[in-house]
Amino acid sequence: MSTVRKEVSIGFDVEKVREDFPVLKQTIHGKPLVYLDSAATAQKPFAVIDAIRKFYEVDCANIHRGVHELSQRSTAAYEETRVKAKRFLNARTKNEIIFVRGTTEGINLVTSSWGRHNVNQGDEIVISALEHHSNIVPWQMLCEEKGAKLRVIPMNDRGELILEEYEKLLGPRTRMVAFAHVSNALGTINPARQMIEMAHAAGALTLVDGAQAAPHMKIDVQALDSDFYTFSGHKVFGPTGIGVLHGKTKLLNAMPPYQGGGDMIRTVTFEKTTYNDLPYKFEAGTPNIASGIGLGAALDYVARIGLDKIAAYEHELLHYGTQALSQIPGLRIIGTAREKAAVLSFVMEGIHPHDIGTVLDRQGIAVRTGHHCAQPVMDWFHIPATTRASLAFYNTPAEIDALAAGLNKVKEVFG
Amino acid sequence: MVDDLYQETILDHSKRPRNHHPMDDANRKADGYNPLCGDKLRLYLKVEGDVVQDASFEGSGCAISTASASLMTDSLKGKTRAEALKLMEKFHELLTTDTPVQQDLGKLVVFCGVRDYPARVKCATLAWHTLKSALNNAGDPVSTE
Repeated sequence: MSTVRKEVSIGFDVEKVREDFPVLKQTIHGKPLVYLDSAATAQKPFAVIDAIRKFYEVDCANIHRGVHELSQRSTAAYEETRVKAKRFLNARTKNEIIFVRGTTEGINLVTSSWGRHNVNQGDEIVISALEHHSNIVPWQMLCEEKGAKLRVIPMNDRGELILEEYEKLLGPRTRMVAFAHVSNALGTINPARQMIEMAHAAGALTLVDGAQAAPHMKIDVQALDSDFYTFSGHKVFGPTGIGVLHGKTKLLNAMPPYQGGGDMIRTVTFEKTTYNDLPYKFEAGTPNIASGIGLGAALDYVARIGLDKIAAYEHELLHYGTQALSQIPGLRIIGTAREKAAVLSFVMEGIHPHDIGTVLDRQGIAVRTGHHCAQPVMDWFHIPATTRASLAFYNTPAEIDALAAGLNKVKEVFG
Repeated sequence: MVDDLYQETILDHSKRPRNHHPMDDANRKADGYNPLCGDKLRLYLKVEGDVVQDASFEGSGCAISTASASLMTDSLKGKTRAEALKLMEKFHELLTTDTPVQQDLGKLVVFCGVRDYPARVKCATLAWHTLKSALNNAGDPVSTE
């Protein structure tokens, strides 16, 4: 380990940040918890936990209907998150912010509502080789229903999409290009701006799966010019069960509702129902109010720390981790894109990821093992699974050292 | 500690699995799949009358699933169908209950540590689920999910 730089030099007080995350202060099997599974779900700061607690203790009421004080308070807090999400994504208006359960529902909303009305037999949908199942299966289902064709942008050995091949896939029948901003299994940061421009030049719309990008980088949907952008609250230090779909007003207005029910209507008679305006047209039923309010607290928290600072610190940490893991004989990092975020996916010669995961767990180290809901990515690399250490700004170089030491222990057991 | 799970016999069988080859004259065959980890396994049996004369497997998996398939194929030879299914039941009990470890499991007792790792029970049972399918001769691949 001697050649690995021991310090992450950027001016970022990680110890102070860690104080905000109560879950990190515990031991697992007698060892300090080293949480390296933030790409699955990120831990929650006190700010988020407190906001949810306050809602249930003080403000709990249904939203958008009561005239009483509690309902007004809960409505205000919930709707405030919409404003914060607008700011977080730099959306044009808050009415372009649709609350969903998470990225998966965001994508399903688009395939159901936009897809069913705009995709016809013989049309083509383009996705990429590094997608999460949630950005594959809904499009597959749509294509099957409509007789449309799913086309896949290939990637190279580093796990980078091959843009020349992407260009060739675009044509007059391309209706939609849907891709991950950042790959969950490999960490690849896709050139979203360029890919969107290419899609638009071919007359296609775009959907960006931002689940793995939102926690790590500044997102600007106006600069990207994305047509749809979606992310999950729980990966950006907020609660589970809440996420955001951003769509351009013109598109959202032209789309039929996603689900029918309360809140999404203007008037209902047995003969005819008229629908509510944006964003409520897409938000049927009582939503996850507490999580919505928690998400607002999370977005505030991230903004307070600053996504630029987060990105810079994580970049250094990823570099440190890449160096540390590269020194372990028999370990191969899967996903070596030149533009990469916060993910260290790897395999070890002759040792199955599940065994690695179990031995690490006994040392207090939490990693994800398996196919990461990206089986086509695993197939492409001819591996059944990887071990994935994913980072957040609360991780430290010392934790990377613990991981490296843990992996040496793995080699001892199975060597 | 972790040594309770990865006992010497398990490590030995995972590194040098026994009966790890296809079988040309098998008359029962079944595939098992664990979608959580991507482990795939193909089990071959030669059953004559009611007795398992030979057993082998192909496929790659984690140390637990490989050792389990290795030790299972070893322990099946010479057993009747009923005895094999009974053994499966006892093995499952070993992994999933707190009852005292039964001695008539033979070498299979090395898997007793798995009960403390609920996430790994499916690794140890994949081969056995596949066995059940092969004995019942259901053609569809079995899945742990």
